[in-house]
Amino acid sequence: MISLKELMQPHRIVMMLVFAGIVIWCAFALRWDWVPKYAPLALEGLWTTIWILVVSTFLGFLLAVPLGLAQAVGPWYLSIPARTFCTIIRGTPLLLQIWLLYYGLGSLFPQFPWIRSSELWPYLRQAWPYAVLALTLSYAGYEGEVMRGAFSGVAKGQLEAAKSFGMPRFTIFRRIWLPQAVRNVLPTLGGETILQLKATPLVATITVMEIYAVSSRVRADTFIVYEPLLLLALVYMAIAGVIALAFRRLEKG
Amino acid sequence: MTGLLELLGLGASAELLSLSGWGGNLLRGLANSLQIAFGAFGLGLVIGLFGAYGKLYGGKVTRDLLAIYTTVIRAVPELVLILILYYVGSDIINKISEAMGGGRVEINGVAAGIWVLGVVQGAYATEVLRGAIKAVPVGQIEAAKSYGMPAFMTMRRVTIPAMMSFAVPGLANLWLIATKDTALLAVVGFNELTLETRQAASSTRAYFTFFLAAGFLYLMVTLCSGVVFARVEKWARRGQPSLKGGAR
Repeated sequence: MISLKELMQPHRIVMMLVFAGIVIWCAFALRWDWVPKYAPLALEGLWTTIWILVVSTFLGFLLAVPLGLAQAVGPWYLSIPARTFCTIIRGTPLLLQIWLLYYGLGSLFPQFPWIRSSELWPYLRQAWPYAVLALTLSYAGYEGEVMRGAFSGVAKGQLEAAKSFGMPRFTIFRRIWLPQAVRNVLPTLGGETILQLKATPLVATITVMEIYAVSSRVRADTFIVYEPLLLLALVYMAIAGVIALAFRRLEKG
Repeated sequence: MTGLLELLGLGASAELLSLSGWGGNLLRGLANSLQIAFGAFGLGLVIGLFGAYGKLYGGKVTRDLLAIYTTVIRAVPELVLILILYYVGSDIINKISEAMGGGRVEINGVAAGIWVLGVVQGAYATEVLRGAIKAVPVGQIEAAKSYGMPAFMTMRRVTIPAMMSFAVPGLANLWLIATKDTALLAVVGFNELTLETRQAASSTRAYFTFFLAAGFLYLMVTLCSGVVFARVEKWARRGQPSLKGGAR
């Protein structure tokens, strides 16, 4: 964080005044009368964004751990599929993956009567399960690579020491290997989580009503172009800031 | 060949993907995507080079402004930036055209794509190149100065060749991001690969065929780029001692 003394340099004070001027100009010259009408919808959208982000990063990370392990120390019949998965996810655009799952699977499922009559069908008819699935797989693909490096980066002596204490394999993994690996890649994970946040607006293209979709709707309803987009950019910057702060806390603690 | 495809039950898919069918559309989309990616990557490099020099050697105000540019671009989703830059760009062009007495201008999709993705790429390239320039030993640049080389010649003859080996991995990543970000332009309605795919898929209802084919095309681009960048990196590292051991 920048200290107050660093901020109080003459050129920065001038820049802050200019910035304040721009903000005041924005507040008065641009149109904000749509905000109260759309505020409840925007809050709902914000909630959807955060919820999708948290669930997909969490599930994606759970998936990334075995993917990383398989690539780092697994036998060939596990490491080759894991590497292929990561290459495919990282080599194709996320938008294409989302559309493949939503339109592809979405057009396939109704053809099977047993899926239509199953209890999952009310969920499969909606868009958000596909959105969460696509984002989870994408996060797992990128993180699988990161975790591969993290697992091979843990000093071998530590694992040998644990073994010589007679720890069972799973305990070694849980107590020594995983915590060390995660600690080493926390800064990368923070960055990747912000990238994941920046990927969430893509799910608006399959009719999930998150914060980006709300701003598109305001634009379509009122023909106001810049204001919703500016506000949206601010919202994303704020969430990114919160994520960055949270990871900094984690790194210190 | 056709018999084999029929045997595998892929005859219908092959017909859909043939060049006279929708395959031609997909390839046209791919050509558009690659054109935009090349342009955006190039524009990003130019912005990045100026940005990196500004951040390293510029005055206080330049440095702060560049810090704001890179921070904002990297914190806001590409999709939002694309929309903002697209509207700003078309507004500016229309204002200029009105001032010169013309009417509204139809904006070329490829040019608009290059402009919006280029500005986004520029922020990332600034950071990559700044890191690479900083990794060049100061002595080399000082030596060039003491020979009396002008600043631009130092950059061309010393800094850029020396920083290449540090910059190439980051730039390879940026190129991959550029190719994949072209897909986002589908949302704004440019006829690049992803949008062509979706149109083909929704008019034939063969979603899997087309999305898998497009995924395959993107993957080929990615894998080929990987090979090319590996060679470029080897070239950039020429003359450096290998760390892998063994004399070469």
